[in-house]
Amino acid sequence: MPKLSVNGRPVEVPAGAMVSAAVALSGESRFRRSVTGEPRAPLCGMGICFECRVTIDGRQHAKSCQIPCEEGMEVRTDA
Amino acid sequence: MPDVAVIGAGPAGLAAAARAIDSGASVAMVDDNPRPGGQIWRASAYPKPWLREKVEVISGARVFAAPEPSVLALETFHGERRLEYKHLILATGARERFLPFPGWTLPNVMGAGGLQALVKSGLPIKDKRVAVAGSGPLLLAVAKHLRDHGARILLIAEQTSSPALLGFGVGLIAKPAKAIQAIGLRAGLLGVPYLTGCWPISAQGSEKLQSVTFRRGTRTFTKTCDYLACGFGLVPNLELASLFACNMSATGVAVDEYQQSSTPGVYCAGEITGIGGLDLALAEGEIAGFAAAGKPEAARRLFATRDSHRKFADALESAFAPRAELRSLASETTFVCRCEDVTLGHVRQCSNWREAKLHTRCGMGPCQGRVCGPAVEFILGWKPESVRPPVFAARIGSLTGTEKRR
Repeated sequence: MPKLSVNGRPVEVPAGAMVSAAVALSGESRFRRSVTGEPRAPLCGMGICFECRVTIDGRQHAKSCQIPCEEGMEVRTDA
Repeated sequence: MPDVAVIGAGPAGLAAAARAIDSGASVAMVDDNPRPGGQIWRASAYPKPWLREKVEVISGARVFAAPEPSVLALETFHGERRLEYKHLILATGARERFLPFPGWTLPNVMGAGGLQALVKSGLPIKDKRVAVAGSGPLLLAVAKHLRDHGARILLIAEQTSSPALLGFGVGLIAKPAKAIQAIGLRAGLLGVPYLTGCWPISAQGSEKLQSVTFRRGTRTFTKTCDYLACGFGLVPNLELASLFACNMSATGVAVDEYQQSSTPGVYCAGEITGIGGLDLALAEGEIAGFAAAGKPEAARRLFATRDSHRKFADALESAFAPRAELRSLASETTFVCRCEDVTLGHVRQCSNWREAKLHTRCGMGPCQGRVCGPAVEFILGWKPESVRPPVFAARIGSLTGTEKRR
């Protein structure tokens, strides 16, 4: 059960979970803001749509649906 | 340098790799997911020992360019690398077809396969109210999967009308195994309304989805729900094949009987040659694997199997083809391009893709038209323009080759 943080909040995720699941488990429904400021969240779940982008350990535009959670990761939404 | 590089570790790619290995070739596989298996198997059926022991599997990597002949440029979360090869098998699969409607950009409106993928990735769905909508046999499989994980499936809205489905049912009689599979799915969904000739016309909510309005015949009705899982069938991922200048057919990459494309040494298998499902993907993958590894006689033994699966797949595609009414789902103020927030009204002022890209930035965002392209093609009939590298948004360091390599 890796532990990571989403917007500073601690989250524990099931083994094998992707970062997208950690964001959802943190209670955050908005993964990013669109260019006109709309809230957005994953659409395709498989790395096509880029709506799941978050910042992971300072790296921007990381596709949370395709990156497995790792112990101690720091995730920021709304990049 | 491997004899064969396989791009895509879903069923077609894995079948191709297995047969190429059987034929004595060395194989490397590249896949953009963290683990092999593709969307349908994910990691459940893999890794198998032969894959671990005999194939160099490069997971979490996207091919973004082909900088020189027989060389691929890949990007991972950690850095950039190159892969040389002699023969190439593209098995890049398919994505869902998304059709825009008012409210479709709200959080928790997702693809049907999209929500399933997220649940497989650890998204908690227990006791959530889910409406499943769109088209195709995938909707049943998704609903069953979500229900098995504790979701409350409110309804399945299938845009195809009953007579078209009847035709599909007749096709099933020719394939008893498929019919049993379909009956099994329905049995697992007892109590869930399966509404044919029904589709979502709008989604409501402020920060996230709160309700969905559906149309069926002349009637409309609204359901309060936590998620809408909505996909209108599948479209092939053709970007890499386009990069390799492969000729296209009406349904995907054009291939010869050995699954070879018009570009010599580039084979294509699975959904990218035309949506066809698991069994066809496996047959095509095996043929491509044998052929790329120089065993045409072994490939030939699978031709009849493949052709029979192809017939069934074609019947399926025509039964679930999206109806014309869906072209008017999006209003003039609905965003068709989610990356750049471009409305249908703006896009419609242009006369083709190129003009729309130049004047509105439709299709110019990070997804590079993967979502809006098929939607605009369906609504306005525009074919996408040619593909240029990088075929995936890549970091500057990857493009210049200065990114750390590993």
